[in-house]
Amino acid sequence: MIKIINMLKKLMRYLTALFIFIVHLIPFYILINIAFKTRQDTSSRWTPPNALYLKNFSDVWTQSHLGSALLNDLIITVCTVALVVFVGVLAAYPLARYPTRWNNAIYTLSISTLIVPALTVLVPLYKLVVDIHGISTYWAMVLVLTTFCLPTVIFLYTGFIRTIPRELDEAALIDGCNRYEIFFRIIFPLLKPVTASVIIIIMLGVWNDYRFSLFLLQKRSVQTVPLVLSQFFSQFQNNLPLAAAGSLLSMIPMALIYLFLQKYFVSGLAEGAVKG
Amino acid sequence: MDIVQSSKKNPGEMRTKGNRLKSFFDSPVSLNLMYIPALLLFAVFIYYPIAQGIKISFTNWNGYSAHYSFVGLEKYRYMFTDMRTYKVIINTLIYGLGSTLLQNILGLAYAVLLNAKLKGRGIVRTIVYFPVIVAPIIMGYVWYFIFQYDGGALNDIMLAFGKEPVDWLGNGPRAVWLITLVNTFQYMGVAMVVYLAGLQAIPKEYLEAAEVDGASGFYKFIHITLPLLMPAITVSIVLNIIEGLKLFDVIVSMTNGGPGYASHSLSTMMSDLFFAGQDAGFAAALGNLMFVLISLFGISSLKFLRGKEVDL
Repeated sequence: MIKIINMLKKLMRYLTALFIFIVHLIPFYILINIAFKTRQDTSSRWTPPNALYLKNFSDVWTQSHLGSALLNDLIITVCTVALVVFVGVLAAYPLARYPTRWNNAIYTLSISTLIVPALTVLVPLYKLVVDIHGISTYWAMVLVLTTFCLPTVIFLYTGFIRTIPRELDEAALIDGCNRYEIFFRIIFPLLKPVTASVIIIIMLGVWNDYRFSLFLLQKRSVQTVPLVLSQFFSQFQNNLPLAAAGSLLSMIPMALIYLFLQKYFVSGLAEGAVKG
Repeated sequence: MDIVQSSKKNPGEMRTKGNRLKSFFDSPVSLNLMYIPALLLFAVFIYYPIAQGIKISFTNWNGYSAHYSFVGLEKYRYMFTDMRTYKVIINTLIYGLGSTLLQNILGLAYAVLLNAKLKGRGIVRTIVYFPVIVAPIIMGYVWYFIFQYDGGALNDIMLAFGKEPVDWLGNGPRAVWLITLVNTFQYMGVAMVVYLAGLQAIPKEYLEAAEVDGASGFYKFIHITLPLLMPAITVSIVLNIIEGLKLFDVIVSMTNGGPGYASHSLSTMMSDLFFAGQDAGFAAALGNLMFVLISLFGISSLKFLRGKEVDL
């Protein structure tokens, strides 16, 4: 009897898991169906295409200049990630190692900016970037994104550095290292795991950013993928297969990174959250 | 403690300039130089704009002209008498609190299910988490294909069951909930992963001991699992609230705030006022209101949940 109940329980679990799997797959299934059909094909979005119509992909690639948008995205993402890791780890070390009253206040001040939503300062931030002639430039975009990513990065690094034993620093000091050598040669190499998490979290946010790009990147030549695609959607309301193909293409780079580095994505986000 | 004091050993040597410089760099205080770049960035791109935002909210600036004048509290008075403001605040709260609730309940349920030994649970976790890597603006468009009136996937189902097609996003309150659901769909994977990590960190002995005492599965969950998950729950909920109250991209791609103003959040309304409405003063006032709202909910939820955590 107990055996049967256990079997039923197990079956229920499998059925629930299967149900979840199917529900979460539906939007992507629909997207793929649309992307591979011709514009004239009026069959239901639930039915798969008769033949794979690939012209949507080449059309959207040339018409919306996806290639240059990908390049812009790549430049902005790489620069932001590099800068935010550098500035963030530098800031985190003294804040984690020397928690004087003054440094604790600075730490609180930095972390509380996590609450400041980018859009609440939209008006003045936009005005500032206009005033420093930064609209439609890579550098202004990178600096603004770096600033708004910094609280998270400082938070993650500070948390991690606090778990590294102080004895390590002291031993190095006795061995004649100065404080900067201790940081660069002893502490920094130990930060590899948390750096992997930081890179992934920030990369996702920056690569997929829409709100900053919308306001700060107004020239076509510097626009990123989400921005270009959103304009494409509003311009070609009557050619949705093209828009669907574009959406699908835009997911490929991150999807590939995700499939190969899945372990880091998941552990990175989870650690970041749980260590808090 | 040794480190902190080592620089004070030989005060006599500090007389010459070179030595003074050297001893400064030997002391831990000099390490504080390392956070100057971060502070500069915060000052320029966050604190200065916050101050400017307060100033702009007291003006009638239109967003581009060189001339404007101070109008005192006029924009705030206008903001609080405009019925749209209240509509938009309620929407923002539904977006923020609604998706937080759904993401965490579903995320926890998924985590409990997918923590059990199931063949293929890895694949299910992967597909649940996948939307996290998609740009939210694109995710909104993908769901638009489903909710669209003409030829949308959902209306195909309605037709198949002999029902009339529904303009899913054409009704304001319904659009708000559908957007909340889409946001939940996209980010519940994060909650799931956080709870999975939390579940795996619970020492097995606790659950086994309870089992020996004859506790039921439900009892174990309420009295052991849930209290030990509290730190993970706190982080997940606070981050979800802050993120949810900022919701912007999905709204833009699904309804663009429509029909009328019915599905605007504070973020989308603000950007609309600034760029289309050319009322920077009003937009800045709304921005300050949003800042207060998010700080209030973020900090109070953190305080409340931290109080519920237990020590091992």
